[in-house]
Parts: sequence; structure tokens; C-alpha cells
Amino acid sequence: MRRAFLALLARDLRLAFRAGGGAGLGVVFFLAVVVVTPFAIGPDLALLARIGPAILWIGALLASLIGLDRLFAADAEDGALDVLAMAPLPLELVAAAKGLAHWIATGLPLVLAAPVLALLLNLAPASIGALTLTLLVGTPAITFLGLIGAAFAAVFRRGGLLVAVLVMPLTIPVLIFAVAATATALGGTVPFGTPFRILLGLSLAALVLGPVAAAAALRVARD
Amino acid sequence: MALMDLANPTRFLALSGRVLPWLSGLALATLAIGFLLAFRAPADYQQGETVKIMYIHVPFAWLAMFGYSMLAASALGILVWRHPLADVAHKAMAPIGAVFAFLCLFTGSLWGRPMWGTYWVWDARLTSMLVLLLLYLGLLALRSAIEDPNQAGRAAAVLSLVGFVNVPIVKFSVDWWNTLHQPASVFRMDGPTIHSSLLWPLLICALGFTLLMLALHMAAMRNEIHRRRLRVLEARAAAEAAYA
Repeated sequence: MRRAFLALLARDLRLAFRAGGGAGLGVVFFLAVVVVTPFAIGPDLALLARIGPAILWIGALLASLIGLDRLFAADAEDGALDVLAMAPLPLELVAAAKGLAHWIATGLPLVLAAPVLALLLNLAPASIGALTLTLLVGTPAITFLGLIGAAFAAVFRRGGLLVAVLVMPLTIPVLIFAVAATATALGGTVPFGTPFRILLGLSLAALVLGPVAAAAALRVARD
Repeated sequence: MALMDLANPTRFLALSGRVLPWLSGLALATLAIGFLLAFRAPADYQQGETVKIMYIHVPFAWLAMFGYSMLAASALGILVWRHPLADVAHKAMAPIGAVFAFLCLFTGSLWGRPMWGTYWVWDARLTSMLVLLLLYLGLLALRSAIEDPNQAGRAAAVLSLVGFVNVPIVKFSVDWWNTLHQPASVFRMDGPTIHSSLLWPLLICALGFTLLMLALHMAAMRNEIHRRRLRVLEARAAAEAAYA
């Protein structure tokens, strides 16, 4: 079972990196969001430093949500999903493997790009570290919560907007605690560990809930 | 067993046809009494007459949450027992719950304007009700996006269970985030902090609105069953016309 899981993970990673588009495009979109924001609110560096973590988190959230609708779609279109559904590997683990591959291909590049983009927004070194840590812990939660939306998108061939509308409300707690943890790096009454640990808890819960719900959603069309 | 008999849509139609007029009448009577008591209740020493908004605002808030719990219960009915009536109940409840959540926010903002000086604040309780409304709207969007009614029902059921697990988490995190709204004052461990002259009209109004919601839900379920039967009849007529 572990071999099947790893094989699926490796296959999805190869597809993501060789077929092109996936990983790089998300980072470019992230960059675009971060670049247009100062045009909307003005080039005031002090203001940007204050709201920078929020801008970066919204950019990462949007980049993650927009990439979601292709997560299962290609496999649903060419029939690979039907083969996977009949395989001995439970559909929950199939969803988890695909989610993990999707996060490595699209979420991890966002985390790696964030410190560079944070410089554009004049963030202090301490907040850059805190922000990158929260992104590292929080983006898997968004991808795994998004699995259910991705499953609906693939099964019912409804793209982008529907997925974002369904998944966005579920991600609010992640956003709250991630931005709160980043804000503590600039001082405040709450230590960094408090919101950060809750964020970790939310991520762990999403790692379990997401694949189970996505598998249930994929089975809807199956019988 | 009596509950299992209700599983049959025909029996449900027969029974609900008899119950619905009484339920609607009872709802209207309870609401009439509740409103009468609410108007005779003393004005708040600080908020004046605007406190009357509470008698509709608070029941809307409770019922928006109650409606989502009903959705989760019928979602279990759909996914575990594959119950056709559970799907009807689920589909009928979603728009009603969405309207109650919207009315809660709407009356709340009308109350907030004279009391807090603004229609909207990003306070914890307002925000979690807004998120609940978003969850309702997501469910409606999902149902309308899927053509096959059977699949739409099961997909909406999965989504509403995920939402139900998330509602307490959202509530907790938003509470942590910001709080201006007064904390719960009716359901508390040490008894309600609201004075009994205001509490009784509130509870009667809440009962009235609950009966109203149940009556609306029952009527919507009857409509949905009729709509489905009509669709089957139309399909059959079209098939017969094609063969003839």
C-alpha cells in the first residue's frame, strides 16, 4: 500500500514538473497579486510593511485556490481516475497522494517565493521568517481542504469559480491564525507559539478531513 | 415503525397534508402572541425601543444555525441510508436556512446602526454568521451547478457535512480573532443574564419562528416531491410520445 501511494505520488510529481505550467504558473500569479496590491493602496512602505503579511497570505490563498480545479480533472478526463478508483489503494489515500503531490508542485514553490516577495513589501526580517513558517504549515491545509472542491470540479466538470466559492469559507480559520502568528513577530501580547500551534492543529485536521471528504465526493459520481 | 413509514413519500404527503395547516396556524398564532408580548415588553433603559429588533434578530440567528444542523442531519440520511426523503428535506432546507441567515444579518445591521453607530463591524459573531451564509450560498451554488438531481443531492450532502465540521472551528477562530458583540446571554451555565420581562417574549417569538421554519420546510418538501413527480410524468409522456 505504501508502494502504491509512493508510486502515485512520484507519477503526479513527474507529471506536474515535466508537463509544465503547474508549478511555475502559480508562483507567477502569486507575484502578480503582490505586485498589483501596492498600485491599489499606494507605495507607502510603512503601510506595506504593516499589511504585507496579509497581502502575501491572500496572494498565496488565491494562488492555491485557483490551481485546485485541475487537481483531479486531468485524471477524470482521460479515465485514469476510474483505474485508480478500482485499485486496491483506498480512494482516500489516492486523494491524499494526489493532494500531497499537488502541494509539493504548487504550494511549496509559493513558500519558497514568499521571502523574496516579502522584500518587495518591506517586511522586517523577523516577520519574513514568521511568514514563511506560517506559509509552510498553512498552505498544506488549504490544498487539503481544497481537495473536496477539486473533486467536485473534476466529477462535475465545473471549474474555477465554484471551487473557490466552496473552499474559501473553509479556509478562514487558517488565514486568521496564520496572519495572527505572523503579526506576533512584530511584538504584541500573544507569543508566536500560541496561534502557530493552533495553525498546526488546523493543518493536521485538514490532512485527515480533506482526503476523506474528497473521496466521498469522488464516489458520488461513481454509483 | 412510525418514523420508517414516513420514509415513503406518499405517506409523507398524506400526513404532512393533514399536519401542515395546523402547524402553519400554530406558527402564526405563536408569532402573534410573541409579537404582542414583545411590543408590550418594557423598553431597554439604554437601548430604548430599538431593543424590539432583538425579538426577531435573535430567533433568526438561532434558526440559521438550527437549519444548518438540519442540513447535516439530512445529509447523513442521504449518505448513510440513501433516503430519498432526506434528499428532499436537504434540498428544501438550504434556501430557507440561507434566508434566515440573511435576515439575521440584515436585522442585526439595522440594530447596529443606532446602537453601535455603524451598519457593519468585523466582530466575531457577525463574521461567523456571514461565514454561515457563505456556506449556505456555496451549497445552493453546488446544487445549481450539477444537472443530475441524484448526484447533486449526494454532492451537496458531502459538502454540508464538511461545512458542519467546520462551523465550530470557524466560530472558535473568529471569536479568538475579534469580539465586540455581547456574549451569549440566554444559554449560559449560570442562567440567563437577560431580564425575564424581555426573556419570555423572546422565547415565545423564537418558538413561533421555529414553528414557522418547520412549516415552511414542510411546504417546500411537499412542493419538491410534487415537482419530482411532475418531472417523472413529463419524462414518461415524452417517451410515450416518441414511441407513438
